[in-house]
Amino acid sequence: MFSGDMATAGEILRRSLTDEVGVSKGSVSGSEELHVLAVDDSFVDRKVIERLLKISSCKVTVVESGSRALQYLGLDGEKSSVGFNDLKINLIMTDYSMPGMTGYELLKKIKESSAFREIPVVIMSSENILTRIDRCLEEGAEEYILKPVKLSDVKRIKDVIMGGDGKQKKRRSVRKRGREDRNLFTITIVACTVILIDCV
Amino acid sequence: MERTQLRRQVALTRQSLFDQGFLDEQFIQLEDLQDDANPNFVEEVVTLYYRDSARLITNIEKALEKNSLDFNKLDGFMHQFKGSSSSIGAKKVKAECTLFREYCRAGNGEGCTRTFQQIKKEYATLKRKLEAYFQVVRQAGPAETACWPK
Repeated sequence: MFSGDMATAGEILRRSLTDEVGVSKGSVSGSEELHVLAVDDSFVDRKVIERLLKISSCKVTVVESGSRALQYLGLDGEKSSVGFNDLKINLIMTDYSMPGMTGYELLKKIKESSAFREIPVVIMSSENILTRIDRCLEEGAEEYILKPVKLSDVKRIKDVIMGGDGKQKKRRSVRKRGREDRNLFTITIVACTVILIDCV
Repeated sequence: MERTQLRRQVALTRQSLFDQGFLDEQFIQLEDLQDDANPNFVEEVVTLYYRDSARLITNIEKALEKNSLDFNKLDGFMHQFKGSSSSIGAKKVKAECTLFREYCRAGNGEGCTRTFQQIKKEYATLKRKLEAYFQVVRQAGPAETACWPK
């Protein structure tokens, strides 16, 4: 009696989890290294982010400005130094506040480009300003993380990127994750209630 | 024998930096990024911080000497300086930077000048303490740069 209901409840949970997370292969297979382009005008932060990414088994290219990033990607109108096919950037992490071109402006340019709009862009900022966060997410940023960036942030982002299904990922944010969690929570409660009712 | 004593000294020195509020959790984050291949990462980052931020200190100093203060400019410089300080876990320095920015936003020149003196003081004290700390670390030997108990 018990096991049957548990199995049913378990199945409900398992199905909902699969729907939520998406089990299909990511665009980066497990054996490949994630190639991250990091953009930050601060010497110190560039050194730290590079190390954070390398220790997380990522290939890293670090540049000091938005214009340098566009140059690297070949989006500045000039001939890029790297051949397009060799580039294969899987993720861009950019500081928000930079002189010249902000991280937001860089984000816009990337999302406007047909070649690179699929690449997830993460914004890093020391400032927790809701209107700024909203604007970045609306523009298509994958996430907005607060500085100083921690190893756990990088690990989490890497998991998110590697777990993708190749399609343009829905804009994820801490707030949106909250909604998904609520759904899982509800289903869990329903499943447990089913078991409890049956026991009575 | 001497090595054990040195290691104890390293641990005590390190702990006091946290206990006295000079460093925060971010410093530990940096320590976690060290390994056999990069045993001096923290010292490298700190060295880079002091070299790079010297420029910002000078800029802020010059900006504060002007007759009419440009608070936007000052805030901009301080945002950068605070960011770097935060990245190495410089707790007291960071706190003073936050205060400075509040004075900027309030357009309070005197507050800015006063707080900046405090920032320079904390900045110099931390530099001294970290230099002394890294010296003992180097004396104690490579094992000291391994993982610390949390």
